[in-house]
Amino acid sequence: MRNVALIMRRELRGYFATPLAYIFIVIFLALAGALTFFVGGLLQRGQADLQPFFTFHPWLYLFLVPALSMRLWAEERRTGTIELFLTLPITMGEAVIAKFLAAWAFTAIALSLTFPLWVTVNLLGDPDNGVILASYIGSLMMAGAFLAVGSMISATTKNQVIAFVVTTAALFVFALAGSDFVLEAFRGWAPAVVVDIVAGFGFLTHFQAIARGVIDLRDAIFFGSVIALALFANALIVDLKKAD
Amino acid sequence: MTNALSVRGLVKRFGPKTAVDDLSFEVATGEVLGFLGPNGAGKSTTMKMICGFLAPTAGTAVICGHDVLEDPIAAKRALGYLPEGAPAYPDMTTIGFLGFIAGVRGFDGAERRERVAAAMAKTRLEEVVHQPIETLSKGFKRRVGLAQALLHDPPVLILDEPTDGLDPNQKFEVRKLIKAMAADKAIVISTHILEEVDAVCSRAMIIARGRILADDTPDGLRGLAASRNLDDVFREVTTGAGTGGEGTAHA
Repeated sequence: MRNVALIMRRELRGYFATPLAYIFIVIFLALAGALTFFVGGLLQRGQADLQPFFTFHPWLYLFLVPALSMRLWAEERRTGTIELFLTLPITMGEAVIAKFLAAWAFTAIALSLTFPLWVTVNLLGDPDNGVILASYIGSLMMAGAFLAVGSMISATTKNQVIAFVVTTAALFVFALAGSDFVLEAFRGWAPAVVVDIVAGFGFLTHFQAIARGVIDLRDAIFFGSVIALALFANALIVDLKKAD
Repeated sequence: MTNALSVRGLVKRFGPKTAVDDLSFEVATGEVLGFLGPNGAGKSTTMKMICGFLAPTAGTAVICGHDVLEDPIAAKRALGYLPEGAPAYPDMTTIGFLGFIAGVRGFDGAERRERVAAAMAKTRLEEVVHQPIETLSKGFKRRVGLAQALLHDPPVLILDEPTDGLDPNQKFEVRKLIKAMAADKAIVISTHILEEVDAVCSRAMIIARGRILADDTPDGLRGLAASRNLDDVFREVTTGAGTGGEGTAHA
C-alpha cells in the first residue's frame, strides 16, 4: 500500500509537471459544457437533470482518456526509467495498480470540476441528486475501464502517439460493440451466442442505464472486470516486453 | 562466509543469439570488480539479470543470500543499481526524484531528508537540488543516478558505466567515491575505460560473447601481455590478436 501511494503521488505530480494536466482539464470542461448546452440542450429540455451531460461522457472519454493513459508505460520505456523503476523493491502489481490509480485519480479531479453544472441544475430546479451522484460514480467507473485498456496498450510501445491512436481505435470498438453497427458485422455468420457476447462488451450499452442514474450491479461488475482484466494483461505485457 | 554477490550459471538468449553464456562468479564484500569487454559482450545484459530486470534463460544471481528470482524484493533491497545511461524521471527535480527513491526504499520524515541530503553531498549535487533533471548536464545526470543507487547504503552496488560522460575531474571524484565505499560493500562496475580498472578495481574480468575470458587482479591481467599494457591485454584476450605490445597504446 505504501509503495502504491508513493508511486501514485509521483505519477500524479508528473501530470501537473507538464501543461498536459491543465490543457486536459480545460478542454474536458469546455467540451463537456459545449456538448451539454448546445448539443444536449440542457436548458431547452425544461427538466432539472444532468442526463444530457452524462450522455456524452463515453464520447469525451474516447478521445481524452487515451491522452492520459498513453504516457503511463510508453514514457518509462522511451526514457529508459523502466529499468530503474522495475529494479526498485516493488512488485509488478504495485507498479501497475499505482500507475492506473494515478490516472484514475486525475480523471476524478477533472470530473469533479464539472460541479458548476450540478450547481446550475440545482439553482434552476429540483433535480434528484441521488441520480446525479450515481451517474457521476458510473461515469468514473467507465473512465476507469477506458483507462485500464489504455494503460495496457501503453505498455506495448515506447511511442506515445502509437499508444494514443491504438487506444482510441480499441476504445471505439469497445464503445460500439453493443450497437447494430458492429453487431451487423457478426449477425450474418456468427452464432447467436457470439453475437450476444460481443453485444455484452459494449461500453455504451452498459453506460446507458448509468447515464439515467441507475447503477445496475451487472454494469458495475462489467466495468470492474474490464479494469481487473486489462490491468492483469498490462502486468503480463510489461513483464514479457521489458527487454525491448 | 557467503559472498555478498554470487552469480550462478547465468544464461541469456535472445532468439538464436546467446548474449550471456553460462556466467558464474562471486564477489566478496570489500571487492571492486571491473567488468571489461567490447561493446555487445553481454556486460549490461548480465547486470540487468543480476538486478532482476531481465529474466535469465537459465541460472540465477544471489544477493546477500537472497535469490533474485525467488525473492526479488529482498534481493532488490540489498542492491543499488545504476542502469546504463543513468535514466531518471526528466520532469522531476533532483531532490524530488531522490525523495521518491528514498520513500520507495522505506525512509520517511527526517530520515528521508537526511538520506537524500547525504546522497546529494556524496555525489556533489548541491547546486542542482531544485533543478528539473531534464535540464541537467550529462555529468550531473550521471551523478543523480549514482546518488539514487547509493542512497540506501546497499551492501551490493551494480554500476553500469558510472563515469561515462563525465569530465576528468568528475571521473576522479566518482572514482574516489567508489574507493571510499569499497571497504564495506561488494561493487561491480562495467566500463570500457581501461585506466578505470587501475584506478578503482581490486579485480577485473574480461568478457566477450557472453563468456569470461580472464579474471584476475589488474596486475595479474597485465601479465597476460608482454608489454604489460592493459590495452594490449584487452585486445589480445578479446580478439585473439597478438599485438606483441607494439604501438597500440590507444584504445
